[in-house]
Amino acid sequence: MTIGLAHYLTVAACLFTLGILGIFLNRKNVIVILMSVELMLLAVNINLVAFSAFLGNITGQIFALFILTVAAAEAAIGLAIIVVYYRNRGSIAVEDINMMKG
Amino acid sequence: MLTAGFFYLFAVLAIASGTMVIVARNPVHAVLFLILTFFNAAGLFILLGAEFLAMLLVIVYVGAVAVLFLFVVMMLDVDFAELRAGFIKNAPIGLLVAGIVLVELVALFVTGASGGLPTAIPAAAPGTETLTNTEQIGRVLYTKYVYFFQAAGLVLLVAMVGAIVLTLRHREGVKRQSIAAQNARTPAMGLEVVKVAPGGAVIPSSEGPR
Repeated sequence: MTIGLAHYLTVAACLFTLGILGIFLNRKNVIVILMSVELMLLAVNINLVAFSAFLGNITGQIFALFILTVAAAEAAIGLAIIVVYYRNRGSIAVEDINMMKG
Repeated sequence: MLTAGFFYLFAVLAIASGTMVIVARNPVHAVLFLILTFFNAAGLFILLGAEFLAMLLVIVYVGAVAVLFLFVVMMLDVDFAELRAGFIKNAPIGLLVAGIVLVELVALFVTGASGGLPTAIPAAAPGTETLTNTEQIGRVLYTKYVYFFQAAGLVLLVAMVGAIVLTLRHREGVKRQSIAAQNARTPAMGLEVVKVAPGGAVIPSSEGPR
């Protein structure tokens, strides 16, 4: 039984779906939503690295590296916003974040 | 055969812990399961021959991002049980959307790929057999993609400045050191000569010596 590209893509698809499901299930909890976004980015990274390995092209891994960078920056900024929001309102419920009605 | 066994081990553990991330009642447990997911994804990367990214995943995600999550979860005094209200109510529509996405994604590359997907990792291109994965990445990253590399550094710098600006606050009533005021201080400012009458007392002024 050889492990082909389709196997890795299936794992990545499952993780991506779990990320989507996490956003739906935990609609009130911003922290879990951020974690679900991290899961989706991880799935994308697995896709890129799998294609990079099976097509013999290193560029996919370079791209995964940049996605890793952006994901780290996004998590830092997102958590900083959560901390500031908690200081102001004393809660992190998503429903309360409608002060900026646009 | 060994590779297949390890692939299924890492894949099953990654998906199982990913599931636990989104259904765990305690957010601390969710973060710990997220760390387990990252570890298993790093194992998958090693199976794919991307050792550098695997180690980067462990260092950046487990060492920095997940610990940041853990800090924030533990720092905020939030009633997480209250935030789980609507978990069951949102489940049907969430399962519907997620199921559609999963079926579409899997159908896409199981049936849709023309000519079939590759089933084996190709041999290294001539001339690169002796290069390690890290060296291959470095040779491309610092030449062809050097501007993108610099831009990535800039993104991290902006994120760092932004996070500090957002969370830094100056509280009232906190005594801070003022080096300029200390250096500007002269003996005349710190000393007060008072004439005391015999038998009298000296009541210090409320300001005191500056």
